[in-house]
Amino acid sequence: MTTLASSRRGAPSPDGLPSVGRRLRLDRRYLPVVGTLVVFALLLVVGGARYDNFLSVGVIANLFINNAFLIVLAVGMTFVILTGGIDLSVGSVLALSGVTAAYLLRAGVPAGVVIPLVVLVGSLIGLLVGAMVHVFEVQPFIATLAAMFFARGLCFLIAPESIPIDDETFVALASWDTWAGGQWRLTSSVMIALAVVAVAFYLLHYTQFGRTVYAIGGGEQSARLMGLPVARTKVLVYVISGTCAGLGGLLFAMFSRSGYSLTGVGMELDAIAAVVIGGTLLTGGTGFVLGSVLGVLVLGLIQTIVTFEGTLSSWWTKIVIGALLLVFVVLQRLLALRRS
Amino acid sequence: MTSSEAGATGSPPSDGVEDARPVVEMTGISIEFPGVKALDGVDLRLLPGEVHALMGENGAGKSTLIKALTGVYGIDSGEILVDGEPHRFSGPGEAQAAGIATVYQEVNLCENLTVAENIMLGNEPRRLGAIDWPRTRRRAAEHLATMGLDIDPASSLGSHSIAVQQLVAISRAMVVDAKVLILDEPTSSLDADEVARLFSVVRRLRDQGVAILFVSHFLEQVFELSDRMTVLRNGVRVGEYRTSELTRTELVSRMIGRSMEVLEDLEVRTEHAVATTQGAPFVQAVGLGRRGAVQAFDLDVHEGEVVGLAGLLGSGRTEVARLLAGADRADTGTLRVRGALARLRNPRAAISRKIAFSSEDRKAEGVVADLTVRENIVLGLQAERGWLRRLPDRQVDEIVQRYVEALNIRPANPDALLRNLSGGNQQKVLLARWLATAPELLILDEPTRGIDVGAKAEIQRLVSDLASRGMAVLFISAELEEVVRLSHRIAVMRDRQKVAELTNTDTVGVDDVVELIASGGKR
Amino acid sequence: MPTSPTPAAAGHAHGESGGLGAVARHHLFWPVLALVALLAVNTAVRPGFLSVSILDDHLFGSPIDILRNCAPLMLVALGMSLVIATRGIDLSVGAVVAISGAVALTFIAGAPDPASPTTVFLAIGMALVLGLVLGVWNGFLVSVLGIQPIIATLILMTAGRGVAMLITEGQITTVTSAPFKTLGAGYWLGLPVATLVAFGVFGLVALLVRRTALGMLVESVGINPSASRLAGVRARTIVWTVFALSGLFSGLAGLILSSNVMAADANNAGLFIELDAILAVVIGGTSLAGGKFSLSGTFVGVLIIATLSLTVTNVGISPLVTPLFKALVVAAVTLLQSPVMRRKLAERTRRRGRTAPVVPSDKPADVSTDKVVA
Repeated sequence: MTTLASSRRGAPSPDGLPSVGRRLRLDRRYLPVVGTLVVFALLLVVGGARYDNFLSVGVIANLFINNAFLIVLAVGMTFVILTGGIDLSVGSVLALSGVTAAYLLRAGVPAGVVIPLVVLVGSLIGLLVGAMVHVFEVQPFIATLAAMFFARGLCFLIAPESIPIDDETFVALASWDTWAGGQWRLTSSVMIALAVVAVAFYLLHYTQFGRTVYAIGGGEQSARLMGLPVARTKVLVYVISGTCAGLGGLLFAMFSRSGYSLTGVGMELDAIAAVVIGGTLLTGGTGFVLGSVLGVLVLGLIQTIVTFEGTLSSWWTKIVIGALLLVFVVLQRLLALRRS
Repeated sequence: MTSSEAGATGSPPSDGVEDARPVVEMTGISIEFPGVKALDGVDLRLLPGEVHALMGENGAGKSTLIKALTGVYGIDSGEILVDGEPHRFSGPGEAQAAGIATVYQEVNLCENLTVAENIMLGNEPRRLGAIDWPRTRRRAAEHLATMGLDIDPASSLGSHSIAVQQLVAISRAMVVDAKVLILDEPTSSLDADEVARLFSVVRRLRDQGVAILFVSHFLEQVFELSDRMTVLRNGVRVGEYRTSELTRTELVSRMIGRSMEVLEDLEVRTEHAVATTQGAPFVQAVGLGRRGAVQAFDLDVHEGEVVGLAGLLGSGRTEVARLLAGADRADTGTLRVRGALARLRNPRAAISRKIAFSSEDRKAEGVVADLTVRENIVLGLQAERGWLRRLPDRQVDEIVQRYVEALNIRPANPDALLRNLSGGNQQKVLLARWLATAPELLILDEPTRGIDVGAKAEIQRLVSDLASRGMAVLFISAELEEVVRLSHRIAVMRDRQKVAELTNTDTVGVDDVVELIASGGKR
Repeated sequence: MPTSPTPAAAGHAHGESGGLGAVARHHLFWPVLALVALLAVNTAVRPGFLSVSILDDHLFGSPIDILRNCAPLMLVALGMSLVIATRGIDLSVGAVVAISGAVALTFIAGAPDPASPTTVFLAIGMALVLGLVLGVWNGFLVSVLGIQPIIATLILMTAGRGVAMLITEGQITTVTSAPFKTLGAGYWLGLPVATLVAFGVFGLVALLVRRTALGMLVESVGINPSASRLAGVRARTIVWTVFALSGLFSGLAGLILSSNVMAADANNAGLFIELDAILAVVIGGTSLAGGKFSLSGTFVGVLIIATLSLTVTNVGISPLVTPLFKALVVAAVTLLQSPVMRRKLAERTRRRGRTAPVVPSDKPADVSTDKVVA
């Protein structure tokens, strides 16, 4: 027999925030993220124990600097996956944004125009995808697959060759950084990435749009019957993911000081892997944007360790990521089975 | 349907709540789907501060009526007045805004979110544009308190039982200050304590003046909770009654009605009734049960015997069938097939013991719509052989032709896609699928529902033929006349229990079964 | 036998409904039309496009190029069709292609006599077995552990190229082995061996699928899993089998690809072949939602993709822009096949007088929605 108050209320928390420590048992929703955190800590410990200089400011700072664009992509992907969808186009859109930026800058268009424009290119492709998914009920997989091909083709149409970026404003922006305490310096790209994370966090947790994203992932039919704006939200998540990809392209162009049509090949997989390792369920409804950031850092850390190891070849990165993905997916599956 | 049946509302009542102006007044509602008149001029009045039960068997039009009210379906004709104002909602959102909230049988909330989030979703208090979580949780907690629910608003909804989720859904409905609360089979998966808890909440809301439309298949609950009821049958309103003025037997017979067609050529029940129940049974269930589905029951079916399962929708009759067919696993009791202990872990285990099961949900669990009639007929047989050993074409043709002829499947084209056949012919194809596997026990759950009279008669005749040739048959139908006419023995189900079993004789009639259902086996 | 044709044959000999209309309703009508249109564009640009000449006892010409180039995709799309029919998807085929090529070439390169037929047979055998094993692995994740196919195969997609690089130790392994080269670049009876192998396997499987009950049971599981379960179909075995087959065929595709260039490039071998394969399947009229599948449709779909790539170069556009045209094809095909469009088309046919006996999904009869409590 089930008791009605199956989860007794403890002492009422004055702030009402979900205090994890209040109950002995950890809220199940945080379990995957905690797993990611454990993996991250383990990697840090292993790296720190094996190599000198591993736990240095430089290594950690580089982790953010090298992966700023991936953080932005993963944030956008989190929105899509939370609704139960998927976006395969982000790698190509990133390339398109970078190539467009480099091309326009070379043509002499001022950076102040180019930067918002290329981000908008991403939003526009996201809007097209959203319309295909929502209006024509095309599966997200196919719709974003088409967008992926479309963006990649456009890249080559604009410029098959790598275009260096030497626009002064752009370069200045790319190389700008600021002191952030101790030996820490914050580069512009990291600041942008962190700002995106903050905005995403706000959107997901403090707006009705964000709550609707979670509700759709929990059950689209339920969300509709609850009277939530399902259609608008579904289109919007693809716009967000596209915008993030556009922004990611900009960050990558700042990172590489060039625009090249072949950048970002397979990067959508990295983004998806980061989101999944960050504890977001691919079935939708469960996950946190901070988890995705943690997922990106785990991926980056694996790469760093492989580099530090020296004798280990780079392909181990992929194998380890695959293995990690397997562990997480199987664990998630077991969790889901236990629940039902 | 007749004027005498609707008599309870004939004169304007003068006492109590019925003086009040109805919150909702639906008049002459008709909805037609292709080929089906789902609702035909139905009226429904909901008064403030009453629990109004909406009663009817499968296909009576209850869901359609609710969906018409909440704007899920458009109506073809009729009028919906809410607070005296005509309304036509285009969706659940609009209906909610007008104060009509619905709590569905399958809780339509998000299990991945917290209790507080589910209650407040879409109505969260804001501060500077952002959701004010402390206030959101406080307000959610207040709503839970008015429901008498002592749970942590920050806990995840999925961690609570269905009963709690049901109450959370009601809390959500009350956030928008609903004037009308529709409860669509809220108790179907609750146990007795949980039901009591739900009812106390419902009564409190009623006392606050909310009009509650209550749909349930549990007779006891309806009589316990409701003030008035509207009975539907086949898309037509049978009548509106005060619960206190209606006996259980009257209610059941109004819900079931009387079948129109009579088949003179079926005289089976008297002939075999005595002879066949001798000897060891083909299947013997002892204390078989499944938590949340059906309470432990005993049941035998002998060779050459038709055992009927009588009971209302949701009485557990389908659940019995599913346990015997391996579609669900039993968690208590034993099942013996020809005396040998059988643990049916999946349908294949049952099939290998020569038990065939035709599900009542033809569309979801029977028909493979995009395959041809031929493929659908041989599917069961082929599945048994595995994919490597394909049935030879000649044998397939022979089987298909035999059953198309024997069951008079129309069109007689084995290459037609099953989706293009009528319901009755789809049912015959499914029967053919099972007969082709040469079963020794045939379980038919509502084989005649939603099919035309001719096909119905053919299937009934087939059932008695099969039994007379030695097959054991378990026959389930919402139409009691059919059950009484075909069965040698009848097991009566009610509220997820087997409450009685009677041997069919000349003197047994539909009325006896109705009485057993209404009284719960106590005659 | 009854006289009414099967739906597949409805294109031919259905006198009463009018020849042209029946042809247009055939499921291969649009794909074949697209293929013909592509060939027409090519011929218009280069009139000699369709001509085939004989040189050194081999057939030469653009059509032969198309047939040879499409061989690996043909094999991969074959497995993909079956997987998709069961409501699945296999993202790992490209990785399997890379692994298979890597294993074969590394083995040949390390063998004392790379040109001996025994070495080559062993290499081919190893690669095929490995492909099968990888397919079985995917099938295990999907059918036993119950992980969504897209995620289950994403794992191997991510790790697979790393494994391939592990095998080749990061090098682009190249070998010289005449017997092995025959598979990808040789000719037999004037035709490319790769084409003969791929088409042979395709034909064999197409025959097998319809001569055994695999095709029917695959469709049954894809169309209605719960009805199939109640009918006693071993869905787990079926799903497992199609994933295993997909791995096996991808392994063979990897052999052909690596043999053609006599190099195993773990990074780029079979890159995006999973997307092309899914594309070919979808263009061929098999729905990603599972159920009915059409291997002949997939066949045409593969030819369209191969021709499309050649067309882009032929009309003088950089081959790098090919993805753009693929995007347009996908968009056109999926929009034409989308539920919304189909509903609109169905409304048009209904308005022409014939009332369909099926109840449209948006307004179901109460009879079917009034469920028994579970």
